[in-house]
Amino acid sequence: MNVRLRISRFKAGDRKRHFENFEVEVEPGATVLDALLSIRRRLDPSLVVRHSCMHSSCGTCGVRVNGREVLACDTKLASLPAGKQIRVEPLRGQRPVSDLATDMVDFYARFESAGLPLVRTAEVHAVEPPDGIKSFGRFENCIECGLCLSACPISRWSRSYIGPAALAAAARVVAEPRNLGLGPVLALASEPDSVWRCRDAMQCTVVCPSAVDPAGALLDLRRHVAARGLKRLMRRGA
Amino acid sequence: MAAGGAPMLPPESGAPHVLIIGGGGTGGALAHDLTLRGLRVTLVERGEITSGTTGRHHGLLHSGARYVTTDRAAAIECSAENKILRRICTGSFEENDGLFVAITDEDAAYEKRFLEACWECAVPARRIEREAALRMEPGLNPDLKFAIQVPDATMDAMRMPLRFFATARCNGADMRPFTEVVAVTMAGRTVGGVRVRDRASNREYEIGADIVVNAAGPWAGKVAALAGVSVPVAPSPGVMVAIRGRLCNMVVNRLHSPADGDIVLPQRQLTVVGTSSWLVDDPDDLETPPEQIEAIVRESGALVPAVAKAEIRAAWSAARPLIGGSGATTGSGAASGESATGTPAGHAGRELAREWRCFDHAADRTPTEGFMTVAGGKATTLRAMAEGTADAVCAKLGLVRPCSTNDVVLLRHTAWYSA
Repeated sequence: MNVRLRISRFKAGDRKRHFENFEVEVEPGATVLDALLSIRRRLDPSLVVRHSCMHSSCGTCGVRVNGREVLACDTKLASLPAGKQIRVEPLRGQRPVSDLATDMVDFYARFESAGLPLVRTAEVHAVEPPDGIKSFGRFENCIECGLCLSACPISRWSRSYIGPAALAAAARVVAEPRNLGLGPVLALASEPDSVWRCRDAMQCTVVCPSAVDPAGALLDLRRHVAARGLKRLMRRGA
Repeated sequence: MAAGGAPMLPPESGAPHVLIIGGGGTGGALAHDLTLRGLRVTLVERGEITSGTTGRHHGLLHSGARYVTTDRAAAIECSAENKILRRICTGSFEENDGLFVAITDEDAAYEKRFLEACWECAVPARRIEREAALRMEPGLNPDLKFAIQVPDATMDAMRMPLRFFATARCNGADMRPFTEVVAVTMAGRTVGGVRVRDRASNREYEIGADIVVNAAGPWAGKVAALAGVSVPVAPSPGVMVAIRGRLCNMVVNRLHSPADGDIVLPQRQLTVVGTSSWLVDDPDDLETPPEQIEAIVRESGALVPAVAKAEIRAAWSAARPLIGGSGATTGSGAASGESATGTPAGHAGRELAREWRCFDHAADRTPTEGFMTVAGGKATTLRAMAEGTADAVCAKLGLVRPCSTNDVVLLRHTAWYSA
């Protein structure tokens, strides 16, 4: 199968980005990442792409394909309009490294400022765990890919907005506090640049490759924040 | 103050400079080890950190049980490293244990040999009767006869190694991703550094070093060729498949000698099944043959039947860096001079053995000074490989600096992304 890609290019020192067209032969069933790696290998070794696990579990290969945030490793070329040129651009709202690679430092900074753990292990209670294990543990769903932040129209215009991924992490703490105190999390969620900045565009949930549903999590968090505010008001009234 | 509260020698201004080629688990762990020993370290990686084999592996923290009957030394080393990694990488594992499941009479007959070998290799193992096994893992093939429980675990294949990189960088190591080695600079047969191309700026420049360590995994042969030396590393790809849905919590293995398609393990809300094994010349030229995908899904369906019915989310290949074994592919007899050996040369089993080795090319038939290669091994043994290699580097430099990576708790992976 022959595919045509229009790839956003940028090298340190460039004044601005430009697009470059490539045509490459791929196997049936190939993904956007397969095509990008094939271009790097056969046509242009200077193409910079982030990737690691190749199966939507590490979250490093987030890009925009035809304007939509996706994981390149999880996007089959056959699922895109046949015969049409495929536009590939880096995620928005991150510092550029080169070409399609961005530096995720600002993404993580939003979590760090919130003092939130990202990938912690959750517990699975459904079945009987083996001797010596209290309950089965599992990593939470978020793979820190940053697609939600790139797709969020509020995050795009406001760098101070804490954003969907960090709010989803906050909602996880509220849903399952374990040994973390709720106070700081709810206080964070009550701030002006937090849950009330969201305008329910729902794009975060639409693009999430890992079914985290940040928009739904944010709605839950709003309920908690509102209930907390109401309680305070009533106390003041009494 | 070193990350993790460890005592650390200050990076002396006159400290020897070690340049590591390869940003996989081995390179990251080596950078961490050498910085703790007070050496100046630079690491270059042609792509993103962990974009080669490390990030693609199935995420199994081996208890060692998989190798007890075929590669005893590898099993013993996995068993020891399993315990150390749980201690220094707390929070990076789903510590749910593993089951070796007996489906056929042949599997069941293998029990005695397997349990004895586990005992001899210090891998804790105990028999779980059929009903109890099904209560732990309701998705197991109900035709199972019994299972053996072992301390396998699962990890995030990228984020666990990333903690080594994060800690090393915090302790002063200079990490340069998207930086490809284009030449090894030499004066006669002595390596003086490397010439690299920074892919983010397309600029070429040189980095000088007292010792260059080739930790390029399955690419080790290509890197060694730049210095005009050869290493007996065979890139051996294996296919893995990610199935939609978390179909088990424990690592599920087949109770028999390692074979294709006999591992099923959870990764968040996916189930990863694998794997296969063949040999290639070029680790960049990896295919993922559809017939292997089918075979792996079919075989693992014998362990967890839902695997065979669920939707495939992704299939990919990763190249293991296997050592050529006793009948090495380069030189004759004892191929290169070995200054450190992990596990002794394994038998000729299903694949080449899972041993790792550190080669000092000064001991090659045509000696090359200042250049070493570490190759082979497994994700589970990354710390041990780094320890052995760092020992060899220090010995070569005439330094007496003990290893402390056993006891230093690593920074969280998020520290890698701090500005």
